[in-house]
Amino acid sequence: MDFSPLAQIVFLLAVAVTAWLMTKRILRIRSNILLGHGVNHQRSTSESWKNVILIAFGQKKMFKKVIPALLHLTVYLGFIIINIEGLEIFLDGLTGTHRVIARLFEDWQMTAFYTLTLNMFEFLCVMVILASVFFLVRRNILKVKRFEGREMTSWPVLDANLILIFEILLMFSILSMNAADQILQERDYPGFPKTGTLIFSEIFAAPFYRNLGTETLYFIERFAWWFHILGIFAFAIYVTYSKHLHTVLAFPNTYFSKQEPKGHLTNMPEVTREVKSMLGIQENGNDATPQEISRLGAKDVTDLSWWNIMNAYTCTECGRCTSACPANITGKKLSPRKIMMDVRDRAETLGQFKAANNGKVEDGKSLLDDYITREEFNACTTCNACTEACPVNIDPLDIIMQMRRYLAMEESGSPASWNAMYSNIETSFSPWKFSPADRFNWADELQKEADNN
Amino acid sequence: MNSNIEIPVMADLFQKGEEADVLLWIGCAGSYDDRYKKVTKTFVKLLHHCKVKFAVLGPEESCTGDPARRAGNEFLFQMQAMANIQVLNGYNVKKIVTACPHCFNTIKNEYPELGGNYEVYHHTQFIEMLVKEGKLDIAPIDGVQDFSITYHDSCYLGRANDEYEAPRNLLKMLTSDLREMERNRSNGLCCGAGGAQMFKEPEHGRKDINIERTEEALRTGANIIASACPFCMTMMSDGVKNKEKESEVEVLDIVELIAKGKKL
Repeated sequence: MDFSPLAQIVFLLAVAVTAWLMTKRILRIRSNILLGHGVNHQRSTSESWKNVILIAFGQKKMFKKVIPALLHLTVYLGFIIINIEGLEIFLDGLTGTHRVIARLFEDWQMTAFYTLTLNMFEFLCVMVILASVFFLVRRNILKVKRFEGREMTSWPVLDANLILIFEILLMFSILSMNAADQILQERDYPGFPKTGTLIFSEIFAAPFYRNLGTETLYFIERFAWWFHILGIFAFAIYVTYSKHLHTVLAFPNTYFSKQEPKGHLTNMPEVTREVKSMLGIQENGNDATPQEISRLGAKDVTDLSWWNIMNAYTCTECGRCTSACPANITGKKLSPRKIMMDVRDRAETLGQFKAANNGKVEDGKSLLDDYITREEFNACTTCNACTEACPVNIDPLDIIMQMRRYLAMEESGSPASWNAMYSNIETSFSPWKFSPADRFNWADELQKEADNN
Repeated sequence: MNSNIEIPVMADLFQKGEEADVLLWIGCAGSYDDRYKKVTKTFVKLLHHCKVKFAVLGPEESCTGDPARRAGNEFLFQMQAMANIQVLNGYNVKKIVTACPHCFNTIKNEYPELGGNYEVYHHTQFIEMLVKEGKLDIAPIDGVQDFSITYHDSCYLGRANDEYEAPRNLLKMLTSDLREMERNRSNGLCCGAGGAQMFKEPEHGRKDINIERTEEALRTGANIIASACPFCMTMMSDGVKNKEKESEVEVLDIVELIAKGKKL
């Protein structure tokens, strides 16, 4: 047996590098999200937790589409449960042992429990492989329509495929590791405690390995072990750069999501103060000093709320929003998924710029026009199909509305017909150009009709 | 029929020291749009029939501000909203019913944080209540076998306010042949008019949203498309005309269907 101290040092180094890279990246994401300002949602804590449990943990909204929901659930359960085995691998790496938990259970004469648990992990491994293959087929062969679109450029497409291939490789490494381990146990290789028969690796992997020499098998076992644990570390770092951040952010995102009815638009208290003073309405309780209004609506990510930007980092680009969007369905440029991806890309770029320029957040570009065009957000019917479709309560509409507000109030840049509609409301209190004196004409007409009958 | 249809106006009642049980909010479409004025009149007739003590603001009514807010002009929205709230609170209004889901949504969800707190009903919810209270008995339309109805969900009633069943419950009292479109309830497709789209031309695309939705409605083979919103009514009617199906398929508001059954 050669679990040399060298291996332990390499392992510790890998842990340290992973921790360092992840911490750096997480702090960057945090600071990017905090480019946004505060949120004024009304929220009840019990409702927030209900959303976390039902929508993030329970994946309730996924089940609007049953097949992908089941496939996703498989990978999700596999991801959580199989990583318990990661704990043993981690402990072994740290202490230079081999299957320290198996040995513990052996001491307690509870090997059967260990066997059962590992068999469950292996079952999930096989299921995750099947689900991932199915997912790859849906994306690349069946070409499910919602995975396509103008915003699905080479990186998002590669990202989605890479994750799936990564998953498959990680699962294969577990099965290979267990298969080699079992044969080594059969050959009484020193330092390998009994695990009991692990059915799936026995069926799928062991037949290929049984004819190999003991040292080769040992090499395979070690290689698979290192591949798996380093793979998990690499995966963890990769996730922070990928759409797969939803695995973590889905939880806070649903916690902080809007709880008002979908039809409610976020109020602008700064406008309320202004309008009240214009109408001479006294505000009781609140201090009378007018607060400085920075910018109405959103031109850039710094004008959005941190929750809007968290939404963007939570988006997994599944396209359920876009495929439900009436504007997108009928060929308009608007795609709610693109709105979210643009916000994330912009936050990333601006975050990088800020880090390189002592906290400066003006790089001469903006979310408006450089990323999202007016033609896109002007096409929105505010129908809430996108927010309804999103499995993790992302709200593209809130961002669209803030951009419209900026355009209308800061640039007077609404489409001409909308400007006409505004002046109709201002002058005749109706969006159409009718005389206010005619508003009640229908009553006379009704009376006449009744008289004629 | 009783030829005298009284339409009490809030200001008059207030002067006489009387009160109404519910304020009927007409909305701009219900006041000015020729097609939707018919819906207003029909609903008023139905309220009379059920002896509901209602009143209207009449000339004092004003746009809720919804299209301005959805288009991005928050100032204009809040100016409208606060002026309306001052009028409504001045008359001590407690309960409001409206045949427009956009007015319904704005008054119900967006007026409270500006100081306007009312119990707000969409007309389909209100009519359903009248039925439950025994004040209205919905009769099937004559020759019920010939009528098949498909209901187009209004976004501002459906997804925006989670009301999918009140309109359907009423329609089920009118016909045994209620057909669902592929996209219904929370998956319903917008008619294309929401978010102030009613007041501008659509952006460039392959097709108009109302055509996409009308095609879906026509695929059900129903000969009536029931709607519960003035904007949906316009969009779906235009869609049916565009498909040259107006001789076979009618677009009607739910209250018009009920009135048809009751021969009001």
